[in-house]
Formats: sequence, structure tokens, C-alpha cells
Amino acid sequence: MRGRGILGGGGLVNQFLQLLLAGVAQGCVYALVALGFVLIYKATETVNFAQGDLMMLGAFFALTGSTTLGLPYWLTIVFALAVMAVFGMLAERLVLRPVLGYPAFTVVMVTIGMGYILRGVVTMIPGWGTDTYTFATPFADAVIRLGAVVLAVQQLAVIGMTAALCLALYLFFRYAKLGVAMQATSQNQLAAYYMGIPVRRVNMLIWGLSAAVATFAGILLAPVTFVHSNMGFIGLKAFPAAVVGGFGSVPGSIVGGLIIGVVESLAGYYLPEGFKDVAAYVVVLIVLMVRPSGIFGETARKKV
Amino acid sequence: MTDVLELANVESSYGPVQALRGVTLSVHEGRIVTVLGANGAGKSTILKTISGIIDPGKGQVKLRGEEIQGRSPDWIVRAGIGHVPEGREVFPLLSVEDNLRMGAYTRNDADGVAKDLDAVYAYFPILRERAKQEAGQLSGGQQQMLAISRALLSRPAVMLMDEPSLGLSPKLTKEIFEIIVRINRERGTTILLVEQNAHMALKIAETGYVLEVGRIVMTDTCERLAQKEDIREFYLGIKAAGVRGQRRWKKKKQWR
Repeated sequence: MRGRGILGGGGLVNQFLQLLLAGVAQGCVYALVALGFVLIYKATETVNFAQGDLMMLGAFFALTGSTTLGLPYWLTIVFALAVMAVFGMLAERLVLRPVLGYPAFTVVMVTIGMGYILRGVVTMIPGWGTDTYTFATPFADAVIRLGAVVLAVQQLAVIGMTAALCLALYLFFRYAKLGVAMQATSQNQLAAYYMGIPVRRVNMLIWGLSAAVATFAGILLAPVTFVHSNMGFIGLKAFPAAVVGGFGSVPGSIVGGLIIGVVESLAGYYLPEGFKDVAAYVVVLIVLMVRPSGIFGETARKKV
Repeated sequence: MTDVLELANVESSYGPVQALRGVTLSVHEGRIVTVLGANGAGKSTILKTISGIIDPGKGQVKLRGEEIQGRSPDWIVRAGIGHVPEGREVFPLLSVEDNLRMGAYTRNDADGVAKDLDAVYAYFPILRERAKQEAGQLSGGQQQMLAISRALLSRPAVMLMDEPSLGLSPKLTKEIFEIIVRINRERGTTILLVEQNAHMALKIAETGYVLEVGRIVMTDTCERLAQKEDIREFYLGIKAAGVRGQRRWKKKKQWR
């Protein structure tokens, strides 16, 4: 029942707005993890079930950056993103590429295994372990008051930073040569080879990018749920987000994440206990019944 | 006259299925050379082997005397080989212009790319009109134009063309072939053309190879090939087929 605590007076509208804001903020985290799923899926037709665990690992690196290294918040982000981008590329090169060309089942099992190993290894590292850590941010408990409406700066910051990242990614995929090449590779890998695009290197970079996006999600989530070795299970909520958006659609993953986040937040407050955790899956079932390919599904269009 | 591209005893296979059984051919600089053959003869496999998509099990592929077999596809593009794939293979959700920019992926000279972009728009003005449209929405003929233009943007010394007439109307086929000849004459691009449309191919190419079940069974100038009775019968359809309708080349003649 997060959110109920900061609800003061202000009536039903205020309450609704705060729940909405909390939902959007949480949805941003789902959206970013879902985006990571989608990037890898589009590029390599592989579902990376370790995405949530990459997020968890990224959050731990951020924790190390801010506590052990004593970096300021913004540098912590840069540090964690850089480390995890390299980690993602190494994971592709050393773990995924050797199973390239094997049946999809094999590849999926490898990613699940990688997730387990990451979760296990993190608990063995001194200073990380099985404990739960708080993650300091400059926003802490600050609030903005707009008349009767009270908004948490923490949540606004999450939304703003997610929007900034999405804008940056949009510009990258739209205008940068490498970004367009990543799109091209995912649309027609054979043709990408013919054009002289180094397809394997591009896929490696996509893993790096995906791990960095997951890390960003982890950093946004860390102040809310704290940093611990099981925080990666949020991937179980991000996966429905990607499905709702239409697996394989980048804008879809963002919209899907926001929908799941908002529904969950509202369900958690207005519906009886327990509905919060199933809300995401109910949304998935409804969307799949109405639109089997998801809201932004492009499966039909891709087969030109 | 130098050979810019040479294949020597190339053998390629898809898993256990051998598609090329020792192909030797050479392509003169600045010429148009064609490889004729039926479905499944291995024509596309020759081009894929040159492009590095398939590594040959045996034999050499040489570009200006340097062995390039086993190199990565992007290295081979940089070395000067452009590929117009069978079935066009455009990037369906990218704009026409982005498709063309991907053709120039290996280049870093922005000015030169802009100049070549203008040059291909001059060959195919329709592409300039459709520059902002998604390539998947183009008609088959336009996609073929895009595939040719895209390959040109890597400034290839040798352009491999895999059935550019596939699925096009006779009129459009004629137009495309005229552009191919212009590209060859105006830009000096060497062209290795793989075709089922033997009629058109023999008309624009200087040298022809006939490929059957992974082997080169005949080579000559296209002028003389077009006169040979077997070619006329089996590739140009000038003489009627036999009583059973489907006579096979093999029964007709023993090669070598």
C-alpha cells in the first residue's frame, strides 16, 4: 500500500492524482525493463529472461558507486551504466554467441541460467551479499504542493528521467548511423550482412545498450524497493508490460509499462488486498483477448 | 584485360547438401558477366559465397588477385563487392533514404555519399519522390530499384546481381536492364549477373557461364552462346520442347 502514507487531506481528486503519479512512476521502471526485453528480442529473436537480474546487478554497481566510491548521484548513474554496458556486451560475446544458431529453447534456458547465476554470485560478493541496502538520491522525501495536490519529487524525477532516456533513445535510433543500423539489422539480418553492417558486433552493442537501460531502471527503482539480490523479480511484471505493448515494439513497451504501472497502483488502493499483484496479468489477458498481437504489434507489417 | 574477380574450384554446401561442385569462373574488369542456370543450379550460392555469407569448403575466391574467401561479409563489402540480393531484401520499416544510407554504411566520406545519393536518384527518380516513405510500402519494381541503388552506395568495384528481373513485368525488366547497362558504362562498375531471364541477360552481358547442378557446363561470349542450339532450346525456349513436354538437358547431351 505504498502511497497511502503520503495521502493527507485534499479529497478524492488529490488521492487519485497521487495514485496515478505513483503508478506512472512505477510504470516507468516496468517500461524500461520491458524496453530491454524488446531491444534484445528485436535484434536477436531471443527473450532474455535475465533482464531483471541485469537490472539488479546494475543497481548494485550503482550502490557501490555511491557508497564505496562516494560518487555524486549523477556520476553514479554514468558509472553504473558504463560498467553494465560492458557487462552486457561481454555476456553476449561469452555466453550467448556460443549458443547462436541453436534452438530458441536452448538460448532461453541459457538466459534463465544466467539470471540464476547472477542472483547467486551477487550474494557471495563482500559488501553486497543478501542484505537490503538503501540508495540515497538527491530527491529524498521532498514534495511539491500545487494547491491541494501534493506530488512527490522522487516520482516526478523518475518520470522525467525516463522521458529523457526515451527521447535520447529515440534520437539515437532515428538519426545516428549506428542506431539506424541496429534497426536495419533487426528488420533484415541477411540484408544487413550484404550492406557490410557488422551484424555480430551490432548485436553485441544491443546487449550492452539493453543492460544499460536495465541499469537505469534499477537506479530509478532502488530508492523505492531498496537494493537487494532479488529485486530482479520485477522482470516478472515487466514481461507482461512488453506483451501488452506488442512484443517487439519499442514504443509499445513504454506504453505497456505505464499501463501496467497505473493499473497496479489503482488496483492496489481501490480493490481488495491481493489484487495489486495479479492486476498486471489480468491486463495481459484482457489485451491479448482483444488484440492478440498487443497494442503496437507489428508482426503483420514486418513480413513485407 | 585483367580479371577483377576469380573463382577457382569453389565448393560450397548447405549442411550436407553440396550446392557448388567446383566452380571456376573469372570476371573481367569493367564487363558484364552472366551466369545462367535453372532453379537450384547454384547461381545464388555462387554470389553468396563471393559475399562471404557462405564460406566455401574448398577453392579460392580472389578479388584483384587477393584471396577473400573466409573473410567476414563486412570486410568483403569494404573491399569493393556490392550485392543486390535475390528478392530485393530491403529494410521494410526504414525509409527509402535510410535504406540507401545503410548501403553506404561502410563509408565515412559524407560528401561522396551525398554525391552518390544524387547519382542513384538520377537513375531512379521515383526513389527521390518516395525518399521518406517506408521501403516496405514500395511496389516490387521500386523495391528492386532500391536494392540496386542501395548496393551502388557502397561504391562497389564489382556488383553482384541476383535475378533483378524476378517478379517484374517485361517492361519494367527492360527498364531495369537498361539502367544496369548504364551503371556499367557510366560508372565502370563490373557486374556479375545471375539470371533466369536468359534472353535479357545474354543481350546485355559480354561473357556467359552456364551452370548446372553446381557445375559450370559451358562458357562463351554471349553472342555465341545465344546461337547455340542447346541454349536456344533450353534457356531461350526458341525450339519447342519434346513430345513429353519436359525433356531434360542431361539426356540430351553428356557434358565433358
